Amino acid sequence: MSHTRHVGLPRWLFVPALLAGAFVVLPVVAMTTRIAWADFPSLVTSEAARSALLLSLKTSTASTVLCLLLGIPLASVLARSEGRWIGVLRSLVLLPLVLPPVVGGIALLSAFGRQGLLGGELEALGIRIAFTSVAVVLAQTFVSLPFLVVSLEGALRTAGERYDVVAASLGARPTTVLRRVTLPLVLPGLASGAVLAFARSLGEFGATITFAGSLEGTTRTLPLLIYNLRVTDADAAVAMSLVLVVVAVLVIGLVRPKGSL
Amino acid sequence: MSARVEVVVAERGVDVAFDVAEGETVALLGPNGAGKSTTLAVLGGLLRPDGGHVVLDGEELTGPARWVAPHARRTALLAQDPLLFPHLSVLENVAFGPRSTGAGRRAARESAARWLAEVDAADLAERRPAQLSGGQAQRVAVARALAAEPRLLLLDEPMAALDVAVAPALRTLLRRVLAERTTVVVTHHVLDALLLADRVVVLDGGRVVEQGATADVLSRPRSAFAARFAGLNLVAGTATPDGVRRPDGLLLHGTPGDPPPVAGSPAVAVFRPSAVAVHAKPPGGSPRNALPVVVSELEPLGDLVRVRAGELAADVTIASVAELGLAPGVAVTFVVKATEVDVYARGFHDR
Repeated sequence: MSHTRHVGLPRWLFVPALLAGAFVVLPVVAMTTRIAWADFPSLVTSEAARSALLLSLKTSTASTVLCLLLGIPLASVLARSEGRWIGVLRSLVLLPLVLPPVVGGIALLSAFGRQGLLGGELEALGIRIAFTSVAVVLAQTFVSLPFLVVSLEGALRTAGERYDVVAASLGARPTTVLRRVTLPLVLPGLASGAVLAFARSLGEFGATITFAGSLEGTTRTLPLLIYNLRVTDADAAVAMSLVLVVVAVLVIGLVRPKGSL
Repeated sequence: MSARVEVVVAERGVDVAFDVAEGETVALLGPNGAGKSTTLAVLGGLLRPDGGHVVLDGEELTGPARWVAPHARRTALLAQDPLLFPHLSVLENVAFGPRSTGAGRRAARESAARWLAEVDAADLAERRPAQLSGGQAQRVAVARALAAEPRLLLLDEPMAALDVAVAPALRTLLRRVLAERTTVVVTHHVLDALLLADRVVVLDGGRVVEQGATADVLSRPRSAFAARFAGLNLVAGTATPDGVRRPDGLLLHGTPGDPPPVAGSPAVAVFRPSAVAVHAKPPGGSPRNALPVVVSELEPLGDLVRVRAGELAADVTIASVAELGLAPGVAVTFVVKATEVDVYARGFHDR
């Protein structure tokens, strides 16, 4: 076995690096020591647990699809346009990344709630969003979209426009270029963006509880269930947390394409 | 398909106009920053000029009130890098153009297979671009550009990124497939211009400084760039089995280059001025080529002197100039070994 020597990496750097790794892993490992293994199967297969897990998977899938539908066009426009307004737009899109999710939930409520900006119009159409499963999906999409957009925009910028130019010169219309050349070339970036968005949706809590509430079967996703159980049934909370950790690790570890992210 | 090109891009100081006749290959020559790439970008619809027109076969593609999108121009671009789509097989790459312009899957694949065969790359059809050598990839890129059935083919230094060892094969291929095509090729290499182009347009500082038939411009360069670009002696004539016969009957022995000329067809003998020795009298009984000339001009060239005699030039030492008493009007003999002379088949249309 030969190894590439990393020139210029000081050895002492490995100490804080290991510390950082331990800082992330240790709490998760510690949590497993608190699990009541005897009750574990019954805890994680309870009606409430199964319905929360199912709701989490459903809404996260839906929000990931929504992120793709909205995020691919947005990332393409951001990556291929120039000008001051594009810079402003790019900054605004990143807002959900830095905003506390609770604030995001209040913002969503202000827009789509019954008393919100569009509440009257939606009401007239017979659409109620707040405190429904749709609200869960919207809250998750709101916080996850930047992950997809940032990841995809970076991939598009790295890929550059050279292949697009050749494709156009061969007679391909812009839509054909996007579908057959641009997007296939950034597939790894697109996939990792989608995985990140899914993972972020799965863990969404603050915006969801503010905008969608915590109704069992409708809006009580796994993180919300865990938060509820935390006071009433600590063992169940820890057990469900482990389930969420396992799902998250599976998503990141198995779906993530090699060499990206 | 004939083309009329007028390009004004104020920001880059480019103001260029030239024509490309139907089936003609025009080489754009010039130093870096002369406006060659800008001109090509305007032709392909990648850059909208401040003024001017691009008219292809009577249809205005670019104009003050008109701009046809790149995909609707049918001006295929072949760049320095092959830029094969890495996620598609070789066959799918070549089928991309036909597919994009409305051909069915099957028809596109058949057309792709035909073009791959045309560039001797049929056996590469199922490979991925990553599995090709640089020369193979550029060969496939040629097939892909041709499969799009362009009205005007744009080549941007197509040989520049290739190994010296594989460039001749691609040059031969291009020479064959460009024969009847309307093409504009940007190049830095004298052989590309000589072997591919019917006419050259020399740009410098954003202006056309010279244009004309390739052999004329390269053998009687009027612009400083063309002279520097050529930097070679060029004797045009008819190919014989072992050299080139000038119209006046003088035979120049040489070694066949790539592409090799067919005896009886137009050919050029090319040799460097540094390979030429200057003699006061013809050397007798020597296998070397002797060209009787009259010195027209002497110019300093570092610590050598370039002796010009009409279209030909020899580089000699200052001592030789003194010894032979070289001066304009003096009759001498230019001598060059057959091994120093390359013989090439000449342009397709001898204009």
